[in-house]
Amino acid sequence: MTPAPGVWTITRRSLAKDLRLEWRSKDAINSMLFFALLVVVIFSFGFDPTAEESRRIAGGLLWVAILFATVVALNQTWTRELRNQVLDAYRLSPAPPQALFLAKSLGNFLFVAILEVLMVPLFVVFYNLRSVGPVWQLLVVAVLATWALVVNGTFFAALSIRTRSREIMLPLILFPISIPALLAMVDATTSILTGESSPVFWIRLLTVYDLVFTTVCLILFEPVLNAE
Amino acid sequence: MKPLFNILIVCTALLVGYGFCQAMFIAPTEATMGDVQRIFYYHLPSAWVAFLLFFVNFLASCWYLIRRGKGADALALAAAEVGVVYCSIVLITGPIWARPIWGIWWTWDARLTSTLVLWLIYVSYLVLRHYAIGGQVPVLAAALGIFGFVDVPIVYMAIRWFRTQHPQPVIAGGEGSGLDHRMWVAVLWNLLAFSMLALVYVIVRYRQALEVQEIEEAHAHAALDLEEAQ
Repeated sequence: MTPAPGVWTITRRSLAKDLRLEWRSKDAINSMLFFALLVVVIFSFGFDPTAEESRRIAGGLLWVAILFATVVALNQTWTRELRNQVLDAYRLSPAPPQALFLAKSLGNFLFVAILEVLMVPLFVVFYNLRSVGPVWQLLVVAVLATWALVVNGTFFAALSIRTRSREIMLPLILFPISIPALLAMVDATTSILTGESSPVFWIRLLTVYDLVFTTVCLILFEPVLNAE
Repeated sequence: MKPLFNILIVCTALLVGYGFCQAMFIAPTEATMGDVQRIFYYHLPSAWVAFLLFFVNFLASCWYLIRRGKGADALALAAAEVGVVYCSIVLITGPIWARPIWGIWWTWDARLTSTLVLWLIYVSYLVLRHYAIGGQVPVLAAALGIFGFVDVPIVYMAIRWFRTQHPQPVIAGGEGSGLDHRMWVAVLWNLLAFSMLALVYVIVRYRQALEVQEIEEAHAHAALDLEEAQ
């Protein structure tokens, strides 16, 4: 008899399955990209994107666009598992639920990261941006902020598939909890772009937020998955 | 239990009346703000009671996830509902006072903003409870209750920093330091009255929630019996 695979093996396999599914269908990434593009274009009609002014608000716009697009992707993560009762099969299997949660979160992290890689150049072009502060800090903020959105988003998506009108439900429960993270990512980005103040506090806050909520998610995912 | 509860209601009604007298007639009129300041005797106790109720919701949510008692879930629901009502009172009485004193209804000051975010978090909790289906509601709600409470300190930190970095749009306000002792008396009486009132509401809602649970269970059993009969 072969020994039972560990948490990491299951996480890796589950993640590989999600990536393969996404690679073949491209459901999440396509809808996310097009949605974010639309948001960016529509924002540019809302005000005059001249260089000085836009640097001050670009951080906010970029993250709001990414937030909306993330919700589009998150809504699809678990619905995929409802077809053919995959989720029920997972509940019956002895695999640790945390592995499933981690795989889903990492998958979403990758999707949103790809979105960001494609969106940021577009943003720079459309809004004529040039960072005053060091660019590597933006990278740190992006990684922390994306994880902050995705870890809670994946958890709340698992809550909202159990409700009526599930697509509406996710932003309603995700946005209020994410307000401090949003504030941190927007202000950190703005302070790096304008170079007017230090983003260190915000980066610390995002780190604390990520650590706290990753822990809470991992603890609470098991009762939520098995709720009935 | 019934007579005890009735005594509690009578005591609460008397206290609310006495608190009103204290706030409106006995406490001295504030020197610069005038009578408008008297809304403070309702504003502050409501805020304290709301925070207390959200804490109760957190404890009940944890208790539910550990022990799965039906009572814990009913208590979490009752505390969140009454807490949202009290938090709404805070958010409504604040602007009524701010308009004549600050000249504006609202400002994105640290305390105002964090109270608003707190209110949003617990409204989303109630929305989830309303939309979730079946027997899983308590677990999902308890999870969100814990998330909400864990978020509160982070919200406070973020918004305090956000507001200390930027200049305050409005200065003035901010009593607290030199409160007349008769004012303190009025505050404490009203705090007691509002806490008792909250207790009455929570008890009523708690009982109703338990009854709803029983009715739903009875329905589920009836459906099962019907299936077996067929």
